[in-house]
Amino acid sequence: MATAVRCTGVTKGFGKVQAVDNLDLEVVEGQILVLLGPSGCGKTTTLRLIAGFEQPEAGAVSVGGTLVAGPDVWVAPERRKVGMVFQDGALFPHLSVEQNVAYGLRQRDGRRGRVADVLRLVGMDDLSTRMPHELSGGQQQRLALARALAPGPDVLLLDEPFSNLDPRLRDQVRGDVLDILHTSRATAIFVTHDQEEALLLGDLVGVMQYGKLVQLGPPEEVFHRPASRFVAEFIGVADFVTGQVDGLGLVTEIGVLNTEDRLPHGVSGEVMLRPSDVTITQSDNGTGEVVDRVFKGTHYLYSIALPSGAVLHSLRDHSAYYRKGDRVAISLERDRTVTAFLKGQAPMSDGLGYPVLAHTEKSETQTS
Amino acid sequence: MQTTAVTSPEQIGSFTPLRAARRVKHVRPPLFILLPAAAVAAAMALPLVYLILRAAGAGGADLLFHTTVVQTLGRTLLLIVSVTAASIAIAVPIAWLTVRTDLPFRRFWGVVTVLPLVVPTYVGGFIIVVALGPRGMLQGLLENLFGVERIPDFYGFPGAMLTLTILSFPYVVFPVRAALWRLDPALEETSLGLGSSARTTFFRVTLPLLRPAILAGGLLVALYTLSDFGAVSLLQYETFTWSIFVQYESSLDRSLASFLSLMLVVVALGIVSLEAMSRGKSKYYRSTNGAVRPVSIVRLGLWRWPALALCASVGILALALPLGVLSYWTVRGVLAGEPLLLLWSAAQNSLLISGLAALVSVAAALPIAILAARHPGWTTSVLERMAFVGFALPGVVIALALVYFGAKFASPLYQTHALLVLAYLVLFLPAGLSATKASLLQVSPQLEEAAHSLGSSPFRVFSSITAPLARPGILAGGALVFLLTMKELPATLILGPIGFETLATSIWSATSEAFFAQAAAPALLLVLAASIPMAFLILRGHR
Repeated sequence: MATAVRCTGVTKGFGKVQAVDNLDLEVVEGQILVLLGPSGCGKTTTLRLIAGFEQPEAGAVSVGGTLVAGPDVWVAPERRKVGMVFQDGALFPHLSVEQNVAYGLRQRDGRRGRVADVLRLVGMDDLSTRMPHELSGGQQQRLALARALAPGPDVLLLDEPFSNLDPRLRDQVRGDVLDILHTSRATAIFVTHDQEEALLLGDLVGVMQYGKLVQLGPPEEVFHRPASRFVAEFIGVADFVTGQVDGLGLVTEIGVLNTEDRLPHGVSGEVMLRPSDVTITQSDNGTGEVVDRVFKGTHYLYSIALPSGAVLHSLRDHSAYYRKGDRVAISLERDRTVTAFLKGQAPMSDGLGYPVLAHTEKSETQTS
Repeated sequence: MQTTAVTSPEQIGSFTPLRAARRVKHVRPPLFILLPAAAVAAAMALPLVYLILRAAGAGGADLLFHTTVVQTLGRTLLLIVSVTAASIAIAVPIAWLTVRTDLPFRRFWGVVTVLPLVVPTYVGGFIIVVALGPRGMLQGLLENLFGVERIPDFYGFPGAMLTLTILSFPYVVFPVRAALWRLDPALEETSLGLGSSARTTFFRVTLPLLRPAILAGGLLVALYTLSDFGAVSLLQYETFTWSIFVQYESSLDRSLASFLSLMLVVVALGIVSLEAMSRGKSKYYRSTNGAVRPVSIVRLGLWRWPALALCASVGILALALPLGVLSYWTVRGVLAGEPLLLLWSAAQNSLLISGLAALVSVAAALPIAILAARHPGWTTSVLERMAFVGFALPGVVIALALVYFGAKFASPLYQTHALLVLAYLVLFLPAGLSATKASLLQVSPQLEEAAHSLGSSPFRVFSSITAPLARPGILAGGALVFLLTMKELPATLILGPIGFETLATSIWSATSEAFFAQAAAPALLLVLAASIPMAFLILRGHR
């Protein structure tokens, strides 16, 4: 597959703030990348650097195999084959649906036919004479997408396109947009601060912090094998217990995790646990105490206090039911990936990427 | 009603540079915008720089304590303070009544109470003299009815103050009305919910929230009074502008005139910085972005009658009286065989020069407005400030500076229309600029970016997206400059080529010699012609 977008060493600052710092990234044709991060992490600036609305101070950007920004190279936004979809759609208010879509097309591109095709693709062929203000929020976003798709860009850039929609509508529009992107086999880069959205949309998820891309990978990998404690905490709920490696493995207050002897003794650090990985069973001499219970519809989310004062969360279905104050034994679900961040070690706790597994029996024998 | 107006008449009340709030391009501004912007800004700053250099050369330290100078300063300040205070006292109740109460014919009064802006002060002064002067129409009426042969002298301070107040209080009405529309009703409701009475709420919540708008309007009134030439000269109240003009006309030594001009500039800057200081650091924004709920309407009950009386008397004084007096004298003049032919050429001249000034201002404002709205930064703010110089400077000062400059360095331009248009540009560019900038700020830069990434060149983006969307505001800016130029007197008197008569100059020359019948027709025509752009501005504001 050919590369649709490549950034190498891209750097951009505003005054004293380093908005994008030596960023490398690559998206191949037909792929959907989601840039995720808290506000101010540089994700929107990255998008604008690719679009050509900002000029990088260092590094190079290429779109569709053509170098568009780099030392001594600068291609203006209008000469890049980039489609932009903004948060509020940025529809031209004085132009009809049809005229909005036709704006980026030239007469010789077979404008009429293309407009009709694209409007059909987004399911708006019957609304072509409406004005933008006569459209619903979801229709406006679909029109913005249609307008950006019409000239056949090498990449679509979507800047928080769903954040102005109300939650109920958001799910539906997100699904529609994803379908349209798949149908048209478009390459796309989304920017969002919503981790759920990132996991749902992306073939690739890039997590950014302080202008740096801290992890880039498939959503499953970013979720289960976060590259740093920041990524772990930013995506999904994560709890941490401290531990130290000795002869048995990584010893924590909930049990010993098997390290398969790959780590040097004496190293200490933290283990990340997702609520879905943590199992609890009623046990009068259990390590944990149930301190809170939240009903989530399909599940209960329990908060478990540990002797050290740390709190873990456990997501349980309705088959078991615990009350506040109940003492519980803590174990981990079988065959789940948990990640350890140990001092002086690579962020992914073990070299193979699959961190230690703690077996229920083993941890119970250790605690009792 | 007009919460989203781009350039409604409120623009008149918001000459201060707006700040760009949205994400803006960090790509450097193109030279084809930067260079014209710099050229315009330099031209705007020219008169002031020249004036300072000249006055510094004249050496006026001993003039500073001259009795006449001190007396002129005292009179000027007295007039400014009283006109501003009186305008605020009239304007705030009127604004509140026409926005927040069930005053009968609310909208009608809303329009009527801003219309005095079409009446130039020299016309206002002339009407006051004719109507209320010692041998005026009121005295004539009283003499016929009651045999009154003398009424109190109206010349001097009382006449000038009345005229200027009646004609400039709309400058406060505009921003205060706009602020009342924007006011978040939740703030007043919170106060009422905390147990404050409606009266306490008005004085402790509403009024303090209106303070920036009142100050902004007061600033305009103060500057308007300071720079006024027509009313004070007709009513013989010797302020700076009049003294400068007399000095310029009568004396060959122009150093006193330029020294007085410089003092006038100092007073103007003092007023501007006083307003900026008293505005303080507190912010008066709505804390939420939610849609503005319609404001609640206060039921006046029996209070509606005094309220109606207030609006009606202002309407009569500011509108019915001028129109009545002018029509009466026009008819009298025509019956007495006053030639109307001269009037047509003056009217033509007025329309042409005002149209030219409006066109040139719009064209000159555009590059600076684009910079200010899209490329904020150090260079932009310097250029923008330079362009705003004329905002605080009286026409007399600008005109004199250009006369001296033209006579010395640009004699081919001296006594030409070009120099006159330049003076108008310096004076009124700020008005056109704030309208244009405000309308550009309303066009989201994202629309331009979307157009760019759809393959449009910067020029096509501007012509197909930015210009159509900003057009109403740009046109409103042009209309405002047109209106202001039509009314302008001192610069036209001083800089107009020999034999160049406009409506303004023909009114002035007739009234200064007390040929009222001769002045009435052009005055009526001027007021009517000025009403056209004004109606355009009001309609925009109400859309």
